[in-house]
Amino acid sequence: MMLWWQNLPFLSIFLMILSSIVSLSLSFKAARNICVISLGTVLTMSVITFCGVYVSKESFVYKMGHFPAPWGNEIRSGLLEPFLASIFAIIMLLAVLGGMKHIRNDIESKKLNLYFLTTDLLFASILALIYTNDIFTGYVFLEICTITTCGILMIRQIGRTTLAAVRYMIISLLGSGIFLIGITLMYDISGYLLMENMREGIAKAIETDGMTLPTVMSIVLVSLGLSIKCGLFPFHFWMSDTYGYATPSSSAILSGIVSKGYIILLLKIYYRVIGIETVAQSHIQDILFVFGLAGIIVGSVNAIRENDIFRMIAFSSAAQIGYIFVGFSLGTQAGFTAAVFQILSHAVTKPLLFISASMLSDASGGSKKFSDLMGSALRSKIAGIGFTAGALSMVGIPFLSGFVTKILIGTASFESPSKMMPILVVLAISTVLNAVYYLRTVVRIYHPRDLNKKEPKYSNDGYSSSVFSAVIVCFVALNLSIGFFSDFVTDIIRTGLSMLA
Amino acid sequence: MGLISNYEEVFAVILFGIGFSNLLFNRNLLKKIIGFNIMDSGVYLFLASMGYIDGRMAPIITDGITDAEAYINPVPSGLVLTGIVVSVSVTAMMLALTIRLYRRYNTLNLDEIYMFASRETKK
Amino acid sequence: MARIRDNYERSAAYRAEKVIKGEAEPLDFLPEEDRTTEDKLTIEKTVKESESELSLSPETLTETVEFKLYSRIYKALSVVVCIIFITSLVITAIHLPSLGSDLNPANNEVPERYVEKGVEETGAINTVAGMILDYRAFDTFGESCVLFAAVICVLILLKESDLSAAEHSDRQNEPKNDGILKAAASILFPVIIIFGFYVILNGHLSAGGGFSGGAILGSGMILYLLAFGFEKAHKLFNYKTFAVTVCSAQIFYCIAKGFSFFTGANEIETHIPLGNPGDILSSGLILPLNICVGLVVAYTIYTFYVMFRRGGF
Repeated sequence: MMLWWQNLPFLSIFLMILSSIVSLSLSFKAARNICVISLGTVLTMSVITFCGVYVSKESFVYKMGHFPAPWGNEIRSGLLEPFLASIFAIIMLLAVLGGMKHIRNDIESKKLNLYFLTTDLLFASILALIYTNDIFTGYVFLEICTITTCGILMIRQIGRTTLAAVRYMIISLLGSGIFLIGITLMYDISGYLLMENMREGIAKAIETDGMTLPTVMSIVLVSLGLSIKCGLFPFHFWMSDTYGYATPSSSAILSGIVSKGYIILLLKIYYRVIGIETVAQSHIQDILFVFGLAGIIVGSVNAIRENDIFRMIAFSSAAQIGYIFVGFSLGTQAGFTAAVFQILSHAVTKPLLFISASMLSDASGGSKKFSDLMGSALRSKIAGIGFTAGALSMVGIPFLSGFVTKILIGTASFESPSKMMPILVVLAISTVLNAVYYLRTVVRIYHPRDLNKKEPKYSNDGYSSSVFSAVIVCFVALNLSIGFFSDFVTDIIRTGLSMLA
Repeated sequence: MGLISNYEEVFAVILFGIGFSNLLFNRNLLKKIIGFNIMDSGVYLFLASMGYIDGRMAPIITDGITDAEAYINPVPSGLVLTGIVVSVSVTAMMLALTIRLYRRYNTLNLDEIYMFASRETKK
Repeated sequence: MARIRDNYERSAAYRAEKVIKGEAEPLDFLPEEDRTTEDKLTIEKTVKESESELSLSPETLTETVEFKLYSRIYKALSVVVCIIFITSLVITAIHLPSLGSDLNPANNEVPERYVEKGVEETGAINTVAGMILDYRAFDTFGESCVLFAAVICVLILLKESDLSAAEHSDRQNEPKNDGILKAAASILFPVIIIFGFYVILNGHLSAGGGFSGGAILGSGMILYLLAFGFEKAHKLFNYKTFAVTVCSAQIFYCIAKGFSFFTGANEIETHIPLGNPGDILSSGLILPLNICVGLVVAYTIYTFYVMFRRGGF
């Protein structure tokens, strides 16, 4: 018998889709209010589901229709899924609220409601990716996610965003093509599309003679496709343009949530379809390991060379994705825990940086160049505080979430001796590099351009509004609480991961 | 030997590979979109041939025969249907993006578009 | 004095101050090179060369020595990657379960139930329709959301608020008032529309359904537009009818499926009659859903065309 709260994951997905459809015929203000209200409702629903699972200590399966698996579709929720859904809902809400002024300035007034329409649909697809228990549903919602992401990118219509959207689309299409052929192979081998049954089929296939090669190949293709889509090292070059020219809310949503949705799907596939033991036997992890480490270094070096604050944050994202894949590549429970913690920590920090950077640039007459941003934190104090907190978290100052990630990855690496040295070395190097470019930026924004001359005056419209300050305070509080209660959070992640298997 | 008995799947993955390389390496935006469509067609051919079973009918119940032995596997057909709709949507969107870029830069070559765009930012 | 200043300018302190002020980069001594891919590297080089003569056209760009060398390397690389990729996939395909055999893992209890119990449980003669609209309806719902998302993105990209300029250029490029086309269209349009509706309404009985029928309807609408021009087509299909139709069809789809999922998961009886298998009015929700999907697809295809052509209805 179903308990009432077990309906909530399904309801939250449908609520987001419904509000997105309704927004088509609404005005900007109505669409915005519906977006904010439904995000708030989804947040409440996810928290209730989380509490329900936390108390009952059991994962549950929700049948989508009248037919049980493997005939019908299913969604499934353990402890991790509603937790991620609630964090993502908060971030989405804050990102939309924090960038509202830019949304209005950057987008044609007649298309403003379409922005909220795409955001709603995007979040619905992220929720579906988090909860799905069926790999083909995963593919369909992956495509919705790609298309709507492209939508919120190119809605700001200057030439560079269209170009950035084309690059993003091409990379995403390559990724989803490879992912699709990968799951087709998996279906051919196992005979099911539902995750549990696929797992049995794959376990059977890998023991049969002659089927090992196709199984390994399908694992490689699925991992490759998803890592291309979320921008692992050799495929990270679209990020700088994409994040650099989109409207700040879109950059925040994209870096904070969308790439994480793909990674969570990969995590689910590793845990529920392939099984982490099988993943450990195939050598895909060594490849992910190398590219993850390379991504950390290359992303940081590129970020140092950047002269534009948005592009700098974008390249730092490439480095942070590298951390997640290094966690994955360890193949142990501790490694995956560290990776999920990094997902959370990056998801709360990057949007904070994007939103506060956008306000800093507003306080400097709209320029994104460092030379113009000098002293901007003095002009817009709250944005300065937000940026500093985010930067310190990225560098890994204790009590902020970024610090815990580095500790977790470091301790996880002790379990696999062959990978320990490279990880520790790269962690050290990357901390130094992070410190170089983030602290440099912090010093610059607090350093007045010229002490003798008077500060140039910029128009004061709204960058110190109360909503914006509240958004920054919430982000910083979220970051601090994840850092402070890291034991609790890692406990949840650990239990959630064991429920996932 | 698998090469002969699985010839349809072999051709399907060759098509996929051709489309993939086209999407990755061709510099012309329209040809990239064509490449993407070839790639997806490869997947559909793969699925369709996977669902086929020798000597059986299409899965529409005729004459009241509801024996599973009489029909092919309907699941891959359904997946192909979904896949086609996804690829139509994505193609339409890529074409729209291409139209916009062409109106702005008057070229379909990605290299030239990059060049124009970087010049535009410098000014 | 000048000498002291000279020394100061070379010192590390001066450099650090510059860096902090944002006027210089700590890594300025590194060779300026590209941050993304090999291909952009070459382009930026050529851009730098061409900056002196801004009139340089892309044709001359493609004739420079670097560009030729680069495109040759690029071509070789692409052939190599293509061959490696295809070879590994072909080797995989050879090892897959053999084609056309009924012993493949995919032919398990899942398709068996779809075929054997499908008519009884969904009321649809066409097993594929029963599967995608009832057994695996969540996928299909997602699929119609993909279409919805795509049409919204095309609207975002191409919809013009001012159509006067578009109207003018459209007049130049497209033939208007073609007698043969008009005569042919006035015969073909009703036939195509009727055929489209036939395919949609028979989706649960024979091959076809919402998506294919909707595509036929959409192409009929495009034909009408081509033959009779925007002014006439605008009376039948405009942005308002588009928004109303797509919105209401999608909302109906969403609510109907939501109801069906909710009742299914909570084991509540729905009391939706399945009817007599083989009749037009049978198979419960499948028929209305097919109609909704058909309308959405038809309008989507028409909107794609209109947006591509001139950016507005």
